[in-house]
Formats: sequence, C-alpha cells, structure tokens
Amino acid sequence: MVNVRFLLLALVAAALTFAVARLIDNAYVFFAGYVVLQYIVLATAWNILGGYTGYVNFGTAAFFALGAYTTVVLHKTVPVLPLPAMMLVGGLISGVIGLGMGYLTLRLRGTFFSIATLAMAVVAQTLITNWNFVGGSRGAYIIRPAESPIFPGDYIQYLFVVMLLLSVISVAIARAIQHSRLGYGFSAIRDDELAAEASGVPTLRLKLIATALSGGLMGMAGAPLPYYVTYLDPASGFSLSYAVNTIAMPLIGGTATWLGPVIGAVLLGTLQQVATVTISSALSLLLVGLLLVGFVIAAPKGIMGWFAR
Amino acid sequence: MDLSFDLLGNALVSGVLLGGFYAAVTIGVSISFGMLDIVNIAHPAFVILGSYTAYIANSVFGFDPILSSIVLLPAFYLLGVAIYHVYDVSFERRGDASIRGLAFFFGLLFITEVTLVLVFGVDYRLVDAPYVGPSLHIGVIDLPLRLLVPCLVSLALIGALQLFMSYTFIGRAVQAVAQDPMALRLMAADPSRIKRIAFGLSIASASIAGAVLIIIQPVEPSIARDYIGRIFAICVMGGLGSFGGTVLAAMILGIMESLTSTFYGPSWSPAVAFGFLLITLAVRPAGLFGRR
Repeated sequence: MVNVRFLLLALVAAALTFAVARLIDNAYVFFAGYVVLQYIVLATAWNILGGYTGYVNFGTAAFFALGAYTTVVLHKTVPVLPLPAMMLVGGLISGVIGLGMGYLTLRLRGTFFSIATLAMAVVAQTLITNWNFVGGSRGAYIIRPAESPIFPGDYIQYLFVVMLLLSVISVAIARAIQHSRLGYGFSAIRDDELAAEASGVPTLRLKLIATALSGGLMGMAGAPLPYYVTYLDPASGFSLSYAVNTIAMPLIGGTATWLGPVIGAVLLGTLQQVATVTISSALSLLLVGLLLVGFVIAAPKGIMGWFAR
Repeated sequence: MDLSFDLLGNALVSGVLLGGFYAAVTIGVSISFGMLDIVNIAHPAFVILGSYTAYIANSVFGFDPILSSIVLLPAFYLLGVAIYHVYDVSFERRGDASIRGLAFFFGLLFITEVTLVLVFGVDYRLVDAPYVGPSLHIGVIDLPLRLLVPCLVSLALIGALQLFMSYTFIGRAVQAVAQDPMALRLMAADPSRIKRIAFGLSIASASIAGAVLIIIQPVEPSIARDYIGRIFAICVMGGLGSFGGTVLAAMILGIMESLTSTFYGPSWSPAVAFGFLLITLAVRPAGLFGRR
C-alpha cells in the first residue's frame, strides 16, 4: 500500500515538474532537464548494485551505450517501433549482459568485479567501433522527429516526459527494494557476505538480480540517447564521464537509501549544466572529480549522512 | 608464405619488446594492488603524468626523457607518499577501504586526466631523442630502438625493484606486510610506514614508465584508460605481486596484441587485453602463475 501511495506522489511530482517546464516554455529547459533526469535513473540504477550490495560498477557507460546502440539498430531495422518499446529491448539486452557479466565475476572478491566492469566497457566499445552496421568509429546519425507523437509540442518534450516516467519508475523500484526482503538480503551482502552466506542468504542469486536490474535500468536510460544527441559515436556513447558521474552522484548524496542518489543527481546534474554553460565543460568535469574525492574523504555518508545524525 | 613468416617473426619480436614496456607500466600496480591490496586504478594516470613531465623536460629544456625521469623519481615518490597518507587516514584506519577507496582512486584518475587536458590540451605530444628514429636489422627481423631501449630500461627498473625487495630490510618488510600486517606489528615494525614507502615506490615507478611510454607512442591525456585494463589484466595474470609473473604475463599480452594488430588490424587490439582479463578472472582468478 505504501508503495502505491509513493508511486502516486511521485507521479504527481513528475506532472508538476513537467507543468513548470512547459510554463517556462524554453527548449533549453527540456534539453538540460533531460540530462538531469537521465542521471537520476543512472545514479539510482548504480545504487541498487553499488549502494545496496556494495559492488562497485565502473562500467555504467557500457550498459548505457548498449541501450543507445540497441536503439540505433532498431531505428535502422524496424523504424516504426515506438520509443518505449525500443527502451524495453535496450533494457533487456543490457540486463542480460549484466547477468552474464555478474555470473562470470561475482563469485570473486568485489575488487575483481569492479575491474572486470571496466574491462567490459572497453570490450564493448571495441566491438561497436568495429561494427560497421551501426556506423563504426564514424558514428551514426539519427533524425529526430519534429513533433511529439502523443501530445502537442516538440519531440524533446516527449523525450523529457519519457525520461521523467523512467526516473519515477526506477526510484520507485529502488525504494520498494530497500524495504523488502530483497533489500535486507542486499544489505546483508554489503555488511558481511560470508556471514550472510552462512545464514542462508542466497548471495550469488541476489547479486545476479541486482546486477541484471541495475544494468537493465542503465540500458533503458541510454535507449533514448540517439534521439537526444542525433549523432552518436562510440567515443561519446562510452564516455568515462558517465561512469564518473554515476559513481559520484550516489556517493555525494548518500548510498544507504533511495533518496541519496536522487539528491546527488539533481544537485550534481544541475551544477554541471550550469557550469558547462557558464564556465566550460572540462572544468565542470573537474568539479565532479574534486567533489567525488572531497566527499569520500570528508563525508563518508554523503549529504544524507548530515541529516541522519 | 615467405612474407607472412617475416611478418610473424616481426610481430613476435615487437610483442616481446612491447611486453617489456607493459611490465614497467604494470610493476607499480603489482606493488600497490598485488602486495599492499590498494586498488590504485589511478596508476595509469600517474604514468601519463610521468609522460608529460618527461615531455616538458625534453621539449623545454632539451634533456633526455629517460634521464630526466630518473632525476624526477624523488618527486613522484613524494607524491605517492602524500597520496598514501590521505588514503591511510581517510579509509584504511576507518576500515572502510572498499567502495570509498575505489571511488577515491577513480576520482584521482579523473582529476589527473582532466587537469592534463586543461593544461596541455588534447593534442598528441612526443619527445625527441637519438634512439627514437633508427632501427637495428638482424636478418629479416627489425629491432626498432624506439622499442628496444624502453624494453631494456623497463627490465632494468624491475630488476632493481626485485633486488630491493629481496635484499634490503625495507624490501623484506614490504613483502612481510603483504603477507601479514599483524605479524609485522608484533615484530615492532609499523605497517603504515612500510606501506607508505612501498606505495611511494609504486608511484615513483610511474615516472620511468611514463618516460618510456612517450618514447614508444605519442601521448594525450585520455590514453590512460586504455592502460587500466592492460595493467590489471597483466597484474592478475601474473599472480598479483610476483615480479617474474608480471614480466611473463606482460610479454604474453604484448605478443598477443602485436599478433592481433598485425593480422586483424590495430582497432581490435584493445579488446585483447580485456578479453584476456575477463577469461582469466572467470577461469583462473589466481592468475597463470599465482599460488593463491
């Protein structure tokens, strides 16, 4: 029941967000807002694995870009498919890759999993770079439709709404997990995996669930990207800044709860949008790096930790 | 047939030479990750930093890149000591090294890269030295000095570190702290201090590794990432912390990459290291030559 009420509240908040954005009536608001929303999804997805079970994934860019490239392939083969369907396929593919990846490495110590995710990102990037059908290293062009298909307005408004709904869904999932048996199992793994295993927690199965779910959500977040950027090449799709941001946001907001990644994503995402416009994009990335290091040293529990005391 | 045999021979030789250089880039991680259990994923960024200091010494003052990197060893050692100090105070003593420690080094990697981009831009930089151009020829085999000199310097670096680890008190203490920090404490040695020295040495090795890197290929800040996978692949395959294993694994990887880029094209070679790492982790996580 509590979950249903939360979902309704979140939907109301989302509707309000969209209404305010429509009132401002400036395309830039939608372009900037889309990026912030995308980071809410990515940070929340990362936190399901990283924050709840304690396994650090450096391969966000790989899952994200796999979702994006799924859309490129679908756009070329079945262009009539609506965007939400493409996102489901992208999420499914990233989720299955996450599952396979987890099966290969999750029986090892956490560190090896982290290194393997970095490795996977480069393998995936190399495969895409050498795959001519999706443009190879030259990249792929996608023409963005002019009008939104379901309500009057620009297509970017449609992308904004889709990403808004996805962020509501992923936050609701993260919150539901946190208060469920699954979530308690995840925390048991994070705190002491050996003890959890000994007390009968099916650790490998839980970790695989977390990896598949987290990877799937990242893939879904990446799927609309080609329509947003209209030109996608491997170097930008697999950019390390996605990985840095999705790690920095939960760690700055606080990894223990569903709210931390949302706060981190909103703060850091907005800050970056502002800094990119006012200063420069390289400096805004430097800012993220410095904040990440500063927070892990000085505020181990993130912003949420300040209020918990 | 004749032609492809020449190609194969040359690919093998350049693979071995490349492998020697990979060993120098990896040796720092063999110390920090293999022996001290510190997951320093920022190591390649410090190697690139070493490339840029060698580049400045070479292009501005006209010094030899390798000599200048040896002169700069103490500076890199101090940088390592400082980083370890922050890491120790913030993470190890709180017993909270896993997630936050990883994020700390990931942040350092990113900060170093972006700072280099801001200072030097994304242009490729290279150095000038008498051994950059010419090659030796033995029969059909070419030995470019550009690869031969870095390989020899790398092997010398690893040899020196191995001697240090085996024959000095501090070196043996480092090996001891790798096995059992508690026992070291009982012997009245401070594990923190020993680890600080060892971590300083691992970052110092990045100075020389960076200098040989910029001799082998032109350098720009973001190539650090290509080396993360290679370094950890080699370190894990080599059995975490074994110097001999590191050299062997580096040469195997060098040969495989060189064969791949000769016969399939250079755009595939980054996947070799990572594919190898994934297979190693899945099949034999203790490494090819590991004991654990």
